[in-house]
Amino acid sequence: MKVAYYPGCSLHGTAEEYDESTQMVCEALGIELKELDDWSCCGATSAHCTNDKLSVALAARNLALAEKGQHKTLTVPCSACFQRLKAADYRMREDKQLAGEIVSLIEMPYAGNIEVLQIIQILAQPEIVEKIRVSVKKPLKDLKSVCYYGCLTVRPPKVTKVGDYEDPMYMDVLMETVGADNRFWSYKTECCSGGLAMARSDITKRLSGVLLTMADEADAECVVVSCPMCHANLDTRQNALLAEGKIPRKMPILYVTELLALAMGIKEVGALWSKHLVDPRPLLSSKGLA
Amino acid sequence: MQAKEIAQSQLDSKLLEEIENKTHTKVSACFQCLKCSSGCPLAYEMDYLPAQIIRMVNMGLRDEVLRSRTIWVCASCETCTTRCPNDIDIAHVMDALRETALRSGKAETEENLRHFHEAFLSAIKTWGRVHELQMIGMYKLKTGRFMEDADIGKEMFKRGKIKLLPETTRGRRAVKRIFKKTS
Repeated sequence: MKVAYYPGCSLHGTAEEYDESTQMVCEALGIELKELDDWSCCGATSAHCTNDKLSVALAARNLALAEKGQHKTLTVPCSACFQRLKAADYRMREDKQLAGEIVSLIEMPYAGNIEVLQIIQILAQPEIVEKIRVSVKKPLKDLKSVCYYGCLTVRPPKVTKVGDYEDPMYMDVLMETVGADNRFWSYKTECCSGGLAMARSDITKRLSGVLLTMADEADAECVVVSCPMCHANLDTRQNALLAEGKIPRKMPILYVTELLALAMGIKEVGALWSKHLVDPRPLLSSKGLA
Repeated sequence: MQAKEIAQSQLDSKLLEEIENKTHTKVSACFQCLKCSSGCPLAYEMDYLPAQIIRMVNMGLRDEVLRSRTIWVCASCETCTTRCPNDIDIAHVMDALRETALRSGKAETEENLRHFHEAFLSAIKTWGRVHELQMIGMYKLKTGRFMEDADIGKEMFKRGKIKLLPETTRGRRAVKRIFKKTS
């Protein structure tokens, strides 16, 4: 299986461990990721908040590059990039006049033949799940997890084309496949505050504090994520939240691909634990996993 | 919300049409069911609830809407858009209102959020990709909030999550042209 790969800026910076673990897992599963040549930033929250045409054009440039590279499927691990690329594709389909303007802005044609998939949508496909099941070397037995999807993988469904947008199961299926003691909770798709973190960290602390408290209520020991913004917002502010009595305890935040790599016995994943602000090693060692 | 008298002269009959044209969404279809507002995770930070903003766009309260805090603290989580029974793309309406507020010079509150967006986009415009260090530096220069989150920044830098040097792309000139043509 060959898939074009759009890492996005976060995966080359603040979320390197997501990039590396995604590549490890895909390689082991025979999914050939081909990094999109010459990719540029999708514009993220700041573009769509301030300049509509800019936001569609920045994202569409990457869709056009994928088409130019004769790819059919483009996978995106970052939920924010995923949603921006999906939204650009949707807007250009719905509005032919806009599509014409965008093509002239990006100076490249785009026929709309690219299928954009979040990486968890690929990994949770039944045949890939079966491959994962037979590659498990270290079941994540007794590791109590909750899966947190956040906003932009699932919403809005007219753009993302996700059916179970109020209760997505992609990561839950994956965690159960690798033997984790995965918990149900009601906060899967609540917001972590996304791009407000730098200018309004008080909002981020309030929303992520609720998420971490509810994860604890669900008796989870770690939160499994698939978005670099969710990861940063949940991982980086736990010292302050604990000191202020806003969360009962600190809890590691792990990318779903890191846990898949761990369960599949990929040793190199061990080098990624030190990237986390909340160190997952004490938890993983206590389960005999690291 | 406190009842307030509104003079006919305050109402701008063009606002609704302008926002509907920009967003291709039927803002006038709102029947005030309040699903958008009851599910909004940022409602507690807002001066007007999302449903009130939609009503105000319908009425033509241009200045009140464009000067509101609501449009800036909206996190674009898309819960409102997803749940609206009348298929109003409320999150996209918020985008259109922010852009209109910026272009008409009416944006008033939450200046730091605008500094953040500006710093973020400036990094993309320069390199074609985000360079966190430049973005953070520019934001701090604009806001003067040098020590805020310095502890987190230090921890991320130690872990190699914030790079000294920017990563760029061959297409950065093409990206720059997109910025120029849409400015």
